[in-house]
Amino acid sequence: MKRTAIVGCGQTDHNGNRFDVTGVELIQEAVSRALQDAELTLDDIDGVVIGNMDHFEGINGVELWSISGNGGILKPTIKLTTGGTTGSTLAIGGYHLTASGLFNKLLVIGWEKNSESDTTGAITTAFDPVWDRLVFAGAISGLAVEASAYMRKFGVTEKDAARAVVRDRKHAVKNPHAHLRREVTLDEVLRAPLLSDPIKALDICPRTDGACAVIFANEDYAEKICPKPAWVLGAANRHPYAYLGDVEWYPLKSLDLAAKELYAKLGIKEPLKEINLMELYTPYSFANLSWIEALGLAKPGEGAKLIWDGVTDAGGALPINLSGGVLSTNPIGATGLIRAAECAHQIMGRAGERQAEGVKKALSTGFGGCFWSDILIYGSEKPS
Amino acid sequence: MTTEILTHPSRIKVPYTWSAGETLSRFFKALRDEQKILGIRCPRCQKVYAPPKKTCGTCFVECSEWLEVGPSGTLLSFTQASYVSPAHRSSKPFFGLIRLDGADTAFFHLLGETNLQSLKIGIKVSPVFAEKRTGSILDILYFRAAN
Repeated sequence: MKRTAIVGCGQTDHNGNRFDVTGVELIQEAVSRALQDAELTLDDIDGVVIGNMDHFEGINGVELWSISGNGGILKPTIKLTTGGTTGSTLAIGGYHLTASGLFNKLLVIGWEKNSESDTTGAITTAFDPVWDRLVFAGAISGLAVEASAYMRKFGVTEKDAARAVVRDRKHAVKNPHAHLRREVTLDEVLRAPLLSDPIKALDICPRTDGACAVIFANEDYAEKICPKPAWVLGAANRHPYAYLGDVEWYPLKSLDLAAKELYAKLGIKEPLKEINLMELYTPYSFANLSWIEALGLAKPGEGAKLIWDGVTDAGGALPINLSGGVLSTNPIGATGLIRAAECAHQIMGRAGERQAEGVKKALSTGFGGCFWSDILIYGSEKPS
Repeated sequence: MTTEILTHPSRIKVPYTWSAGETLSRFFKALRDEQKILGIRCPRCQKVYAPPKKTCGTCFVECSEWLEVGPSGTLLSFTQASYVSPAHRSSKPFFGLIRLDGADTAFFHLLGETNLQSLKIGIKVSPVFAEKRTGSILDILYFRAAN
């Protein structure tokens, strides 16, 4: 197995509505920016992996349909799609394929144009046709029941969750790629229209049009391409169940197990101290509290304290979602890959105004399916 | 005793609104408003794409030089579909692969006012425009043998 790194990233300037371009043209923007970031041309790329959420644009052969924009003409080109975790699965795929040595320099693309469809209608098609679809609560209501159980278990409040929204939205102001770049106050979050109790409009991610492209290169090429590559130290993922009723809600079992596996593999004992930055696929406010407990950052029920103490704010001991996170930007098939790109750019020192100091280790997650979780950890030092 | 197996008939119905983007919108508007067919040239490989592309997929550079192509073109190949498919807009349609004059790429469209005996690879064809045009590729009803 070869050591492998991220050597270039490109994102579109994400927006609620990119009617000025087709999906193919949107993808091309991100690919073009990634090539520019890595100072490579298409001739340098061995293969392309692309993904988005099935049914969101109703274009199911996306790898072939987008070929003129995805850079894959006359190259090996494949699709990876795992619902909400698509973006993080893409990152893990990029890691596996370059680490295998079968590909040296691989272009990985995630994208979505949520403006083109009815998101909930499309998500419904991911669920079991003879059972779940007939009584389907939708993504928001599925998360709402998790939040209610978590609040009841630990006495967590809507105000606690609102504080996490305030954090992510404040961070987004410094990210030129973010979709929602206006700060919000605690009061605004608490007074926002109710969507599905206890989730209000500002507690949940937006629907975004956007694309992200990331170039992976293995140890034979990484340092020649990038002066400070973001080495992939490892990845783990867990897919628990297909039905909501089977999911173990607390701690989020898939994330808990994936984190434990990866921490053990990398010898990480105190993630709060040993990891410098996290980009989490937290699609709604309460996930920013509960899921960091599954990641081992706080004891059960104490995630909120970490948020209130500012530990996860820009300038804090462990900044989370300096990009503004998923609450500010959510082009679903790109979302998990944006987390990877943000971690990589932080390690490379290319994160612009949102750059954190001295990022040596960063962690990104993906979330989707029926409470599925992916994790990747990146480092500035080449693994031994 | 065998178990009764139940099935659950259903239908996936999801609404979509696909953007044509700025580049194809310009193409469709020229078709709708002026009955003109536009192509675009890649500044690097000089290939003329019709229908146009915002960027050349091979060179990965933006195309910006618009030009009018056709309306006549050359029939590169053809067939008649004799089977029934919900995808077909008419019974036993003729399909032709057409490269418009001045373009380097071809596209599929319908062939009309024709039969298998009179079609030949290499003949010239020209478009018949719809009277009521909406800004879609179906603003060309079909291509027919050019006089």
